[in-house]
Amino acid sequence: MQQIINFILRYKITLLYLILLIISLAFTVQSHSYHRSRYFNSANWLSGSIYNTMDDISNYFSLGEINRQLLEENLRLRSLLYNADVKDSMELDTVALNYTLLSARIIKNSYSNQDNYITINKGENQGVKQDMGVITALGILGIVEKTSNNYAAVQSILNTKSNINAKIKGTNNFGSLKWNTKRFDEVQLEDIPRLVKLLVGDTIVTGARSSIFPENIPIGTIKKFDLNTSQSSYNIDVQLFNDMTNLKNVYIIDNPSRVEILELENELNNDR
Amino acid sequence: MTGSRYFINTLRFTLLVLVQVLVFNRLNFFGFINPMIYILFLYWYPIKENRAVFIGIGFLLGFVIDIFSDTLALHAAATVSIAYLRPTIMRFVFGINYEFQSFKLSNTTRAQQITFLALLIVAHHVIFFTLEIFSLPNLLLILKKVIFTGMGTLILCLLFSSLFSVQKE
Repeated sequence: MQQIINFILRYKITLLYLILLIISLAFTVQSHSYHRSRYFNSANWLSGSIYNTMDDISNYFSLGEINRQLLEENLRLRSLLYNADVKDSMELDTVALNYTLLSARIIKNSYSNQDNYITINKGENQGVKQDMGVITALGILGIVEKTSNNYAAVQSILNTKSNINAKIKGTNNFGSLKWNTKRFDEVQLEDIPRLVKLLVGDTIVTGARSSIFPENIPIGTIKKFDLNTSQSSYNIDVQLFNDMTNLKNVYIIDNPSRVEILELENELNNDR
Repeated sequence: MTGSRYFINTLRFTLLVLVQVLVFNRLNFFGFINPMIYILFLYWYPIKENRAVFIGIGFLLGFVIDIFSDTLALHAAATVSIAYLRPTIMRFVFGINYEFQSFKLSNTTRAQQITFLALLIVAHHVIFFTLEIFSLPNLLLILKKVIFTGMGTLILCLLFSSLFSVQKE
């Protein structure tokens, strides 16, 4: 006993170091499983409010650019509206809506790490929940991973854990969208079968199999494609529409029927 | 005297964290270089302090940076490691000298200071990027990030340390 105590006393610094190192490694490793690291992220009030204050200040310097982007988006939406075959009075019944939208502002962006997270200034109090989709005017951005009262951390598509259902526009050939961490303006689309005819420049949009994103939200265009090692499906490099380094205003998509879809799928899995 | 020392270290801690997360984490020089200047805290921290406290503070510093930059506990692991390794590095750089009562960082040569800082940075970055990327096939990527980010960190740390150098008595 005496010797054990002596041992501990002699190596107390090393032991302290090892304990702290193991704690930090444990945090790192456990977060590789989905949705586990919910307490330690930039969506808490301290970092959230600091980022928010900083953003309030720096916002003034980019107002012109943001205005221009919003104007362009409005232009596109209006041209859609006037050219579409719309009845005189629009339906305003919210029960009939499939998706509801919230707007938010990015207060912290990141794109140079392996696992990038974006912090936005809306949280549970404003109705943001885990697993809602986040898009910009140009294309998809990511999925809400964690929320606090007033902020939310979004898992960007530039994240090794990201996995989103996507397809070639106009077809129903879908694959999964991942990121190989090499470039922040490119993501990879995998599992598109070999039979599909591809062309460089084809548009990639979100697929219908996701209960998070509506179908046909733009993602990017095909930049390059190769057959994978087993020669059975394509690996496609997708050039993103979004400039991931310069983002400000985002929309959060809520799919009210998602709960129902998930319940149904769970029942299926349980029956099996 | 002790009071002012605590005050200075707390102030340094807060300012370095804020500068790191608000400025240098979004620098993205050449697309990926984000210098980690908060390592300066460990460079400046008094030498004759309790080691256990120092390691604890190192962990805390890394952890606060982690919370801000959504990196889990990667900064914490790297920072606690260099806090632990610091006496070894100092003995290597300054020789037996540094164990004397009168030893001061400002009394050493410029070359020694730079070596000390560079070794801290290299150790920190190697641990950080190895844990972040965590795959052997990407060894080249790890090396690339360590070398370039390390150079960025070193240059900025040297600039900062000459700006805010401890006045010579």
